[in-house]
Amino acid sequence: MDSLPSSLRQPSVIPGFGLALGLTLAALSLIVLIPLAALVLRAASIGPQAFLEVALESRTLAALRLSFGTALAAAVINSVFGLLIAWVLVRYRFPGRRIIDSAVDLPFALPTAVAGIAMTAIYAPNGPIGAIAQSMGFKVAYTPVGITIALIFIGLPFVVRTVQPVLEEVEQDIEEAAALLGASRARTVFQVVLPHVYPALLTGFALAFARGVGEYGSVIFIAGNIPEVSEIAPLLIVIKLEEFDYGGATVIATVMLVISFAMLFVINALQSWSRAKHGNV
Amino acid sequence: MAMSDRLLPLSHAPKRATSETLLTRILLIGIAGLFLGTILFLPLLTVFVEATRKGWTPILESFQDPDTRSAIRLTLLVAAIAVPVNAVIGLAASWAIAKFEFRGKNLLLTLIDLPFSISPVISGVVYVLLFGAHGWLGPWLSSHGIEIIFAVPGIVLATILVTFPFVARELIPLMQSQGTSEEEAALTLGASGWYTFFRVMLPNVKWALLYGVLLCNARAMGEFGAVSVVSGHIRGLTNTMPLQIEILYNEYNFVGAFAVAALLAALALLTLVAKSALEWMFAGELAACRRH
Repeated sequence: MDSLPSSLRQPSVIPGFGLALGLTLAALSLIVLIPLAALVLRAASIGPQAFLEVALESRTLAALRLSFGTALAAAVINSVFGLLIAWVLVRYRFPGRRIIDSAVDLPFALPTAVAGIAMTAIYAPNGPIGAIAQSMGFKVAYTPVGITIALIFIGLPFVVRTVQPVLEEVEQDIEEAAALLGASRARTVFQVVLPHVYPALLTGFALAFARGVGEYGSVIFIAGNIPEVSEIAPLLIVIKLEEFDYGGATVIATVMLVISFAMLFVINALQSWSRAKHGNV
Repeated sequence: MAMSDRLLPLSHAPKRATSETLLTRILLIGIAGLFLGTILFLPLLTVFVEATRKGWTPILESFQDPDTRSAIRLTLLVAAIAVPVNAVIGLAASWAIAKFEFRGKNLLLTLIDLPFSISPVISGVVYVLLFGAHGWLGPWLSSHGIEIIFAVPGIVLATILVTFPFVARELIPLMQSQGTSEEEAALTLGASGWYTFFRVMLPNVKWALLYGVLLCNARAMGEFGAVSVVSGHIRGLTNTMPLQIEILYNEYNFVGAFAVAALLAALALLTLVAKSALEWMFAGELAACRRH
């Protein structure tokens, strides 16, 4: 590897490029790329007609609609409250702030199955919040609403942690200037400060959305998993696998993968756009 | 001066134009607290409340269950393999990416991050399609007596895939910001490559490495979707702690399920404490990781 043509890498006195890159590429290929290629090859071997037949089945479409719909709703809610939480954590000093700041990462640390059974216990008809909802005449657990709540839990840190560092870097000078020029506080916040944060907020939204679409562990307990009502796409993949319908599982996995890649592309584009925008400030 | 200060009524205290009124601040903090309380703290609290609902004896009994014990052992084993593997790969990847300039670097970065944007279930499915009984290599493997799917190797592989980016993405931004001058100085003074790696580079990134390892370990022990697909749920053999929670829960053994859940939640809290401690003590040496 060290004999790579010099056009591929710039010369350096530091050794170990071949070993480090070789190990990285070998691990990446064996663990990530080859298995993913196996999925794509399998999907390609199914044939377009059979592929579309599974992809357009009403149960598949309902599951995809549910996964993307609930993930979208959760990401929107997380964008609003995540921005508010980031604002409170960056701008205000109050007792317990550091603890709250650390606790925002709880969904990263808490296993999804643990969160799933805990939220089911809360929102089931006999749980503390579920009972209140029941008495008011609607159900939370075992409906798309319950799924959305689970996805809010999972996605929240993505928004807060993307927005927080950007908000910290906004200069107070521009706020003083706006105030001196006669802008009200609300106008200063919404038209001067927040526009700096919107690119990061969009990135956080996209990350939370992407995570929500693929989420499994925290959702399956609270979802109730009724076909075409509260059955998410990842669960449908698992069901197809358990029925040894590898073709069906492959088709749904491929559809989800393609959409995930599209979103990854959008996230990267948003990040470079945000970086370019900040370079200009 | 002192007089006039005292005469000024409180409401005349100069109002800062770059902050919100006290009422707005209290309101916003209240909304944030209420939201976090409902969404984050209530589930955490529920885990411990449900686990101790019938006192401590049933919890201790549920940890006597041989299936639960074997699930704890398997989870520890899987993390003990997956985390060091990812630490080594992460160090290699960050050495290559941060210390050298080469073509295709951005593509490599994107590919390393790829597992973050794939559903965990799909991360399991790809291995079933590759190594499963009806998979590409399945028949060959079974004729040679090698079991990967519905066995421990599959669980380890799926866990490594899901946690693949954790260490690398903590190290790469930090090592990029540190540059290469210290390594170049060491090499110029006659240090060997390995000496430079272990004695110059590694001490500079040790806290970031620990930070990445912590997050990687938390995810490895808690992974559910990917592991669930490849495990086959064989009691006492291929159930990790999160899968054992699912089984106990579906059998309506809520105390047992929440007892295992409480153990994992305690581990999550420990992870958070250690992570925050690292952030507070070594903010400078981690600064890069909060800015990606």
